Formats: sequence, C-alpha cells, structure tokens
Amino acid sequence: MVLVFVPYLAAAVFVAAVVIRWVKIARLPVHLRWELYPVAHERNSAYGGSFFERLDWWKHHPPTSRMGELKVMVPEMLLLTGVHEHDRALWFRSYPFHLGLYLLAGFIGLLLAGAIAQTFGARIEAGWLPTTTTVVGVAGLVLLAAGSLGLLLRRLASPALRAHSAAADFANLIFFFTAAVLGLVTFATVDRDFASLRLFVRALVTFQPAGEMPALVAIEIVVVSALAAYIPLTHMSHFFTKWFMYHDVRWNDEVNQVGSKLEAAIGRQLGHKVDWSAPHIRGDGKKTWVDVATERVSDSGLRPVELDAGDGKNPPRVLSQKEIGKP
Amino acid sequence: MTTAVPFANVGRPSERLGTLEEKHRIPLPPPYDKDEEPPLPQLSAQVRAACECSLDDTVAVSLPRPASPEAEEALVKSFLAGLDKLFSEANNWTFLEPLVLSIEHCAKCQTCAEACHIFVESGRNELYRPTFRSEILRRLYFKHKSGGSLVSRFQHGDIDINWTTIARLLELAYRCNLCRRCAQTCPIGVDNGLLAHEIRKLFSMELGIAPKEIHEKGSLLQLRVGSSTGMSPAAVKDNIDFIDQDMSEKTGIPVKTRWDVAGADVLLMHNAGEILAWPENPGAFALILDAAGISWTLSSELVGYDAINYGLWYDDAQFARVAVKHAQIARKLGVKKLVIGECGHAHKSMMVIADRVLTGELNIPRESSMTLLDDIVASGKLKLDPTRNDFPVTLHDPCNVVRLMGVVEPQRRILRQIAPRFREMTPHGVDNYCCGGGSGFAIMSGHNFADWRMRVASRRKFRQILEAFADDLDPKHPKYVCAPCSNCKGAIRDILKRYRAWERVGIHYGGLAELIVNAMADVKPGFINFSEL
Repeated sequence: MVLVFVPYLAAAVFVAAVVIRWVKIARLPVHLRWELYPVAHERNSAYGGSFFERLDWWKHHPPTSRMGELKVMVPEMLLLTGVHEHDRALWFRSYPFHLGLYLLAGFIGLLLAGAIAQTFGARIEAGWLPTTTTVVGVAGLVLLAAGSLGLLLRRLASPALRAHSAAADFANLIFFFTAAVLGLVTFATVDRDFASLRLFVRALVTFQPAGEMPALVAIEIVVVSALAAYIPLTHMSHFFTKWFMYHDVRWNDEVNQVGSKLEAAIGRQLGHKVDWSAPHIRGDGKKTWVDVATERVSDSGLRPVELDAGDGKNPPRVLSQKEIGKP
Repeated sequence: MTTAVPFANVGRPSERLGTLEEKHRIPLPPPYDKDEEPPLPQLSAQVRAACECSLDDTVAVSLPRPASPEAEEALVKSFLAGLDKLFSEANNWTFLEPLVLSIEHCAKCQTCAEACHIFVESGRNELYRPTFRSEILRRLYFKHKSGGSLVSRFQHGDIDINWTTIARLLELAYRCNLCRRCAQTCPIGVDNGLLAHEIRKLFSMELGIAPKEIHEKGSLLQLRVGSSTGMSPAAVKDNIDFIDQDMSEKTGIPVKTRWDVAGADVLLMHNAGEILAWPENPGAFALILDAAGISWTLSSELVGYDAINYGLWYDDAQFARVAVKHAQIARKLGVKKLVIGECGHAHKSMMVIADRVLTGELNIPRESSMTLLDDIVASGKLKLDPTRNDFPVTLHDPCNVVRLMGVVEPQRRILRQIAPRFREMTPHGVDNYCCGGGSGFAIMSGHNFADWRMRVASRRKFRQILEAFADDLDPKHPKYVCAPCSNCKGAIRDILKRYRAWERVGIHYGGLAELIVNAMADVKPGFINFSEL
C-alpha cells in the first residue's frame, strides 16, 4: 500500500518544484533589453533582421509572428535543432536521451489512459493500446539508456568536460542510466507486457491497494518516482525554464512606449534604492537609480533630470539651474 | 587544445594559471601561413610584482597587488558583498533575470566553445573557454550562498573563495569581447557573454575596479569634460571646422557643419574618436546629409558630441548617466530624432539598452545611421557612380549593430548599389565574428594587452578578411574592408598594420559613408585615394 503513495509524493514534489521555480522566475523584475538576433517573431528573422532596419521604425507597429516562433521552437523541442547545428557529436548522444524521455512521458500517459479505460470497464487487452504502450515504453527505455550512457562516457572522456563537471553532473546521468536499465531488466525478466505496471497504475488511479507485485517492479517504481521528483530541483529544469530564456531574454524586443505598462514598471524600478559602494556611485541605500543616473559627477555641467515615476503623473523634465542651486 | 585547468587550481597562487602555446594555434591563410610569429612580449618582472596578473601572459586591468593579507581579506569581503548585490533586485534589476537564468541552467555541454573566436584562435586555450569564467562565478556564487554546504558542492562543484580566485576572475572578465556569439549557439539559452558583463559590473560598481581606458579615461572623462577623447566643446568645433574645410577642398562641394540647430530633423551623434582618427567619416556624413537635403545638426553641449557609452561594457550607473545625458540634449534641442553615426556600441547603447532607462519625454526616437543612409541612397537624391568604387569591397558586421540589434540589410543594400565588387565574409550577418576590439579591447593598450588582442582576439577577423579577398591578394590591387563602427575600425586598423596588410596584400579599411561619397558623381574623383596610403 505504501508504494502507491510514492508516485503521488514524487508528482507533488515535481509539481511544487516546477511551480515554485516558475513563479520565482516570472516575478523577477523587467530587465534591460538583451535580445539576440535572429529574433524568431521578427518579420525578417530568416536573416536576423529587426524592426530597427526600417526608417522611422517607431512610426510602425513592430511586426510580430507567433508562427515564426513556433517554426523555431517546435523543431527545437522535438529535434534539438540547435545542438544538431552547433555540436553534431553531442546531438548523437543528447537526442536519443531526450527522445527517450519524451517517449517515456508518452508511455506513462498511455499507461494512465489504459488504466482509466479499464476502470470504466473497457476491455483493452485485445486492442492496440497494450502493444503501443509496450513499443513506446521499450523504445523510450532503450533510447534513454543509450543516450545517458553516451553522454556519461563523453563527459568522462573529455578532459574539458570532466573539469567543468560537478559530481552531480555525473551522478545525474548515472541516475538516468540506472532507471532506464532497471526498466529494461524488469521488462525482460518479470514484466514482459508491462502488465504489473499497468495494474499498479490502475491502483493509483482508483486509490486501491496495488496488491502483490515483483520486487523489481516495485524498485523501478521507486527509482523512477525519485528521478521525476529530482529533475526540477536541478539545472535540468531547463525543460521549462528555456521558455523564459527565449521569450524573456533572447527574443524579448518589446519596445518601451510612453504611457505603457512596461514604462510604468521601469519607472518603479528606477525608484529602487541603490547601495553599490564604488566611489563613483556611493550608494547609501537612500539614493535611487534616478538619483545615480542624474547626479552631477563633477562640476561638468551635468544637470539632474527628474524622471517619471512610471505613473504618468510626473513627466520627466530637466531641472533648471535655479532648482538645482549653484554647483 | 591545451590541458584542462582544474578549478581547484584557480585559487592556488602561482605565477600564471596558463599561457599561450603557439604550437596549438591555427596558421593564418597565405601569404601569412609561412610567417614565423614572434613570441608575445612578456610582462616585466616589475609589472608581475606590482600588478595582479597571475592569470596568463597579459594584464588588462593593472590592478595593484594588495599590500597585505588584511587588504586581500577586505577585497574578498567587498567582492562577496558585491556578489550579494548582483543578485538583488534593487541593485541589479537591470539584468537580474538573464543573470539568474544563465547561472542556474548551464548543462556544461561546451557547445558554445567552438563559437568563440578567442578560444579557437588561442589554440583552444582552456582559460579562454567561454564557460571557464562563468563556471568560476557560478561556483563562487553557490558556495557563498550555501556557506559551502556538502549538497551545494555536490551539485555545483567547489572552488576556493580567496583573493587569488577573485583577482583571476577579474582578468578573465576582460578576455571576452562580449560579442555573444557563444550565446547564439547555446541550446538552452545560457549567455556566457552576459556573465562576463556581470562580473565586470560587480568589480566596477562595488569595488571601483575597471580598466582605466574605459572608466577613468573613458566614461568618467566623458562625463567630466564632454568626451573620452578629452575634447572640449571649443576643441570639437575647431576640429569640425577643419574637417569641413578639408572636405570642401577634397570634394569640390562646400561643406559646413551646423551646430545646435533647435528643431532640426536629425541630431547626429558621432563617436568623437572619428573626429580625431578618421575625420573623413564625419566629413562624409556632413556632405551626404546636405546633399540629401536633410535638416540636421551636431550638438556642442558636453557629452552631446560624443556618442560613446562605455558603461555598456562594465557599469550600469555609468551607462545610465551617459544615456540620460544624450537624451536630455536631444530633447533640449527639440530634434525629431537622434541618429547614431558609425559606432556599434553607441548604436546598441542608445537604441536597445537605453530603451528601458529612458522614460517619458526622454524617450525620444533614436535611429541607426545605416537605415538613414540606406534611405538616402535608395531615394535617388544622390547622383551615384558605382564605377568609382571599382575595387573589391568586403563588409565587417559590428556585433552590436548586427547580432545584437538586427540591423543587417541596410548597409548591404547600400554596398550592392555603390560597390560593384562587393563580397561577403564567411560567416557574416548575425553569425559574424567580432573584430577583436569589442567591449573596450580596441582602446585598451596597457602593457602588452594590445599585442595579446591582435595575436588572439583579432586574429579570426584578419583570417576572414584574407579569405574574403583570397581571389586577388596582389598588393597592387587595392581592396577595402568596410567597417561601419569606430571600435571595429580601430581594431581592424591595428591588425592590418601589424601584418603590413596594405604593403603585402593591398588591403585597406574605412567606413561606409566614405564609400558613398567616393561614389558620388558630383564629388571630385578619388575621395578614397589609395595612392596616398
């Protein structure tokens, strides 16, 4: 019975870790633009062109193409086109690894679908579902085992990769490899058609005791659950943080327009207190970014300027000499 | 490839952590393939004793060695305080999200390494691997944040938190051109260029440490006297007067620059280095804009006659100060738009990065001179005779203009119209290689740094130039590298001079505006006069 709780616990950790990390990143402040071309939603992304190429670009609404983003993102996710283009040797190891994970995610989905169908009385034994589940599961396990082993050997063989790796970088790959091999051994020895696993998934769906099952299947369930819970706690959370890296940074060319929400956010951030200590800043925790950006660095004639707080009530203006006082 | 450097060695004092090894380097194309490169001049014993230079064979910052262990300890504490600030919203909202994403998600796959011209041209020296400095920062951050816990060391690796590590990290931040070619190849989106930028910021904004060429004699000088060249408003006006006279004589067309014209359509801002080093460029702009009938002006106000903004490379406060000043000047003049001359980092500073600094009335329209020149050439307002540019021309893509802001085609459309023998470098456009002068390298020349730059950072660009003209390397046949950026021009000038490229293979360089003027039918022939070189 205890075993039934393990996947639930793992799923809870997985979801919590993803949500916490997602919220943490999403709540980070608007940053300065730092895009990198080609930007996929630009009209001229084929050669890396931007709206800046147009005369008086601010008079035209920047053209954006969600389809352009999909054209880049979908092959990137499904085929790892970036690695294929820039590091073919890595792709031959990384792609089987990732494809294996995709197939195993599909495998779990098929197991769940089968279990739910059975719960509602459907007889799936003679249909396509068990065979498809088996093919997808075995293919996923083989690819994951091959990919993780390939990545591990590459990391061990290359002095540079080895030097840059922390212990966890090796341990993570061993973890994946172990889970995949364990799954294959379980399949080959005690669970040839994943029937035991399907029964277990049915127990999960119905909240019933799983009953007796081979020890290897139970171990596999624990190992895979632990792996699933572990992934989003590490840098491997890139499976969803990549969205931020592309949309918030690499492709983020949103123009700051007067009166926009973006401008209001910038205005608020310009009001943050600074405590950088270098002599040319001397942030004392009281000065704001506006103060720093507009203070007189010397008697060079720099005049402070009053910036909008972002609410549009106080438009920026250069202060007069009278307001500033004599240097 | 040189031997990998264990991170355990980074914090262990030694004379240097690594060295350039000639035997691993890729030979240049003919006719330079048989040349024996003289060894890199070594830092003297006095310099090694006085400065923090235990990274490699050169030194960018020339930071004096701390006088005592207590002084070292104080610097380490300051660095760690800066590290905390770097990851705080109040102090670093400007780049916090990209920083956090790049620190937390690198898979250490090394896909980025082969994209880096410095790494490859150094003979794949491990010190210059794009991830090397990032990994030091990452390990320092996680160790500091976790107090060196076992879990953190397991997950992120270990490193000594001491002055040796930190002093080497400082120098490492200045072995990257911030061209971000590596970031383009990262499958996840990690940006090692950004991390180099953030390391520079930490040192500058918390400890006040930065190369003097970009800080004291760069952005601070610009804010104090008006320009990093040291030119006062009176001096810049004198120089431009001289340029106007010279242009009028050379071209046969009267040129008269107008200053501080309120309500002009265009406020043009040049990198003031052009005025001193390549006066024909601002002169060419003046002639073209006049010929096109554009209402334009220069500003003689402090900072307004120098488009540079070195803060882009190392310090957000300095960046914001200069950007605000530029915007104030444009607003005060009441111009319709601010146009950036041929200066790559000024383009990116004012058009991209400053976009989220300038709010309200300071958010004035800003445009690239590439776009404006393209429009002028396409409009037919200039009578052009492309046969005057009947020599091979190739185009250098400044990273800041192309990869980092997507202005790719306007300059090409111009060249296709005015330079019949235009050919591309390989690769080009957003995949270009940096000139080697990016992020301040072009103006940093302390000790043997300029020598190192030409030997390593600019070498890929020289290789590309030679390959672009490989069909005719006869020195009697002049060839032209069009580099529409001041820093790039400086770096290309230096590398061509170092290899005597004019004398040996007939390669010269210059800007885009000069090529346009050279093709103008109303101008006396020979504006670009190779015989005078």
